Amino acid sequence: MKKLLAVCSLMVLVNFALADNQVASLRGSADLLDNAAAPAMAAEINNDQRRVRDYPMAAPTIPHKIEGYQIDLAANKCLSCHNRLRVADSQAPMISVTHFMNRDGNFLADVSPNRYFCTQCHASQLSVKLLIENDFVSMDELFTPASTRH
Amino acid sequence: MKLTRRDVIKAQAAAVAASVAGISMPSQATNLITSSAENQIQWDKAPCRFCGTGCSVSVGTKAGKVVATHGDQLSPVNRGLNCIKGYFLAKIMYGRDRLTQPLLRKSNGVYDKNGEFTPVSWDEAFDIMAEKWKATLKAKGPEAIGMFGSGQWTVWEGYAASKLMKAGFRSNNLEPNARHCMASAVAGFMRTFGIDEPMGCYDDFEHADAFVLWGSNMAEMHPILWTRITDRRLSHPHVKVVVMSTYQHRSFDLADIPMVFKPQTDLIIANALANYLIENNKVNRDFVAKHVNFRKGTDDIGYGLRPEHPLEQKAKNAAHANDSEGIDFQAYAEFVKPYTLAHAAKESGVSEKALRELAEIYADPKTKVMSLWTMGVNQHTRGVWMNNMIYNLHLLTGKISEPGNSPFSLTGQPSACGTAREVGTFAHRLPADLVVTNEQHRQIAEKIWRLPAGTIPSKVGAHAALQNRHLKDGKINCYWVQVNNNMQAAANMMEETYPGYRNPENFIVVSDAYPTVTCEAADLILPTAMWVEKEGAYGNAERRTQFWHQLTQAPGESRSDLWQLMEFAKRFTMEDVWPAELLVENPDYKGRSMFDVLFRNGNVDRYGLDQVDKKYANDEAESFGFYVQKGLFEEYAEFGRGHGHDLAPFDRYHQERGLRWPVVDGNETLWRFREGYDPYVEPGRGVQFYGKPDGRAIIFALPFEPAAESPDAEYDLWLSTGRVLEHWHSGSMTQRVPELYKAVPDALCYMHPDDARSRGLRRGDEITVASRRGEIRTRVETRGRNKPPVGLIFVPWFDASQLINKCTLDAVDPISKQTDYKKCAVKVAKV
Repeated sequence: MKKLLAVCSLMVLVNFALADNQVASLRGSADLLDNAAAPAMAAEINNDQRRVRDYPMAAPTIPHKIEGYQIDLAANKCLSCHNRLRVADSQAPMISVTHFMNRDGNFLADVSPNRYFCTQCHASQLSVKLLIENDFVSMDELFTPASTRH
Repeated sequence: MKLTRRDVIKAQAAAVAASVAGISMPSQATNLITSSAENQIQWDKAPCRFCGTGCSVSVGTKAGKVVATHGDQLSPVNRGLNCIKGYFLAKIMYGRDRLTQPLLRKSNGVYDKNGEFTPVSWDEAFDIMAEKWKATLKAKGPEAIGMFGSGQWTVWEGYAASKLMKAGFRSNNLEPNARHCMASAVAGFMRTFGIDEPMGCYDDFEHADAFVLWGSNMAEMHPILWTRITDRRLSHPHVKVVVMSTYQHRSFDLADIPMVFKPQTDLIIANALANYLIENNKVNRDFVAKHVNFRKGTDDIGYGLRPEHPLEQKAKNAAHANDSEGIDFQAYAEFVKPYTLAHAAKESGVSEKALRELAEIYADPKTKVMSLWTMGVNQHTRGVWMNNMIYNLHLLTGKISEPGNSPFSLTGQPSACGTAREVGTFAHRLPADLVVTNEQHRQIAEKIWRLPAGTIPSKVGAHAALQNRHLKDGKINCYWVQVNNNMQAAANMMEETYPGYRNPENFIVVSDAYPTVTCEAADLILPTAMWVEKEGAYGNAERRTQFWHQLTQAPGESRSDLWQLMEFAKRFTMEDVWPAELLVENPDYKGRSMFDVLFRNGNVDRYGLDQVDKKYANDEAESFGFYVQKGLFEEYAEFGRGHGHDLAPFDRYHQERGLRWPVVDGNETLWRFREGYDPYVEPGRGVQFYGKPDGRAIIFALPFEPAAESPDAEYDLWLSTGRVLEHWHSGSMTQRVPELYKAVPDALCYMHPDDARSRGLRRGDEITVASRRGEIRTRVETRGRNKPPVGLIFVPWFDASQLINKCTLDAVDPISKQTDYKKCAVKVAKV
């Protein structure tokens, strides 16, 4: 009897758990009380391919792995390739000229200290599928005459 | 030069790009936009939609769409910089699943608590709402309705909500989600200074010689302010940065003195520093004699849990948590005497050497020190005490209210200060630091609002955690949530929030731009305009009030919170909401609509459409026929003008990159309470803490008391929750921005490698994190940006599919009623 009860209550629970999520789109189909399996940890995209920015001032995302990169009082690994004097050897893009400007807009000899922590603006991207598409329309699409659009 | 892997990839990429270009349109290689009209973008200013830093952003619009955003070079806050979230602001409004029409749970065409969400008209939405509100008011009175708003409300939205709830419906059950983040800071300010918000400002960053983080990961949570600290530290080698936390995080990358302390022992460290100052004769005796009083606070104050909880039964002074008694300096010195550095080192796990270095920073009269804190201090069952104790150090040394010497409480939300605190959308507050329990204060509000005496109820309403308990217990039955995601944000979801929202007796309305988990738990969802889809005002952490214009149209039938609040008021006559006695005594109000009484009162409707800037749309003004925002703001500003909270005239804010109040004779105030900077200080006083009648701030004697729940044999780990840089709060906006989602798609459990090993876990393993209240499934991270010590895990709360607040405990600071999200006991097991 005890066993039967346990099975029954389990069925109720299962039914409850399967009651579908209706609108909370970031949760997939999992009901609020349910816990879906946690997605596997995805790898950082590491193909070194530059990406188009949706507008010129958007901070570029990082097209390679940065896991374990040291950026602290002692060292900045990003700058070992992306700093002005390093790019000939590394063939990495030089950090933007804005990064040599201090708070008052004056150019400094080297990277401005307020730009030191690269990851405040730049992030690598993991190889995951978007949960929700974004319908942002870039200015390029707005510039394109209607007749030439697909 | 040898050819690296990267060089090969680059060569391949170039070849691919060339071939693609060749196939499609050769003209793309030279497609300069020659027409200047096509190349034009309309640029306007707006404060960022995210944190309390209050960066100004240049927003580019074209053909009715926001097409670009970048840091505003004219803003003194950020001078052209943005953090990664700020750079992608242009995309937050364009997630594909924006809500575009009201949705009501229905079965067979009628409202059903267990029905399917079904599109309805605004008329039908307001019909069912009004029906529920009226029935509840009639059956149970105003205490059975409640509203939960936000530090993301614009100033006038919070103000309109306050009028609607406190004067219209006559219920003080109005709370902002800022209760979860700033309430301890507010109570700390009120207890120590008698007036809310920091005395200093961001200019302190460029003047300080030392920065002490008392429980704040600014590198991730206030990135632009962190750039200013980084600038100062790296440009001036004498500058020191101290970072204190219960786990190592990104701010430690800049730390000269890193400290990982055991949870709750910050109370001991703060007292030990005070004792060090006294024992080493580093107290600024002159300052203390002139400007400080001493008081001993009540102890054994409980944890704000339900009254039947054993911890509350045991607490002697839960009902008098905010009491204190006057003492003198000698008694205070005796009180902190047992808190030696050696004792603090033993209890906290921090070395005595590091503690001494920190103490010397406060002790050295030549070192200008800025203390900074956010949720580590505020989300703490003794958060008010911690706020008081940090002020103790600055008051003992006189290091306050001058450039670089600055205890600075940072803010989490864009308008936690501007709206939640200054407008006073808390259950006990009215605008400009007034409170509902003070008859004189209520009279001031009633006079400005042109309402009869006795309109505003004197009973403090239910605070955030209590609202959820009241929903579960069926004491609050009609509930409206705006601009926040409290199903995800409130602690103890399984035992309190969820049963409260889904209680069959209750009708829950949620206004949001996106379908959040709170929407999922609602009965009616209202699609809402966001950010630059409406005209707005925010107030940041340094008292800076910033305005923006409406720059684009909200999608579908979305309407702003302001429109929703005001339009809903039209559904009620005064007879529906006020008791007969009040109307008998004040017959002028009989037969009028609540909208007319609150919003066509001669103040709010004072400015016509002719005052609206023709260059910009203003959907609310258009809809109501007058310049709603200006009328609300000018009426609101009456509360503070001449009383230390002066705001500038409305129109000026559209011209400025914000102004720091009090704005007196057209000038903003950078440092309050000090002569020469603050016009409210009487000549000759030097320093005057004018929030207190005698102009003296208070140093509080307060003890160590343990956390509400600590790890034990079964639940053997501390759980701390918090945010990540790439997502803001519950992720409802940032999870819909591709670059941000792909940077940090899922929550993870940050754990010490030894803790993982001892449980047979490896990085990437799926686990459950379980407390006595609930559990989630997540993955182990042992190498990430957060490095907890053995015995503690960190799980961020942005992830809608890993609701960590199923595990957290709804213990609150008994004074501030703010939840402690940083300390509860959990266990971890492999799935």
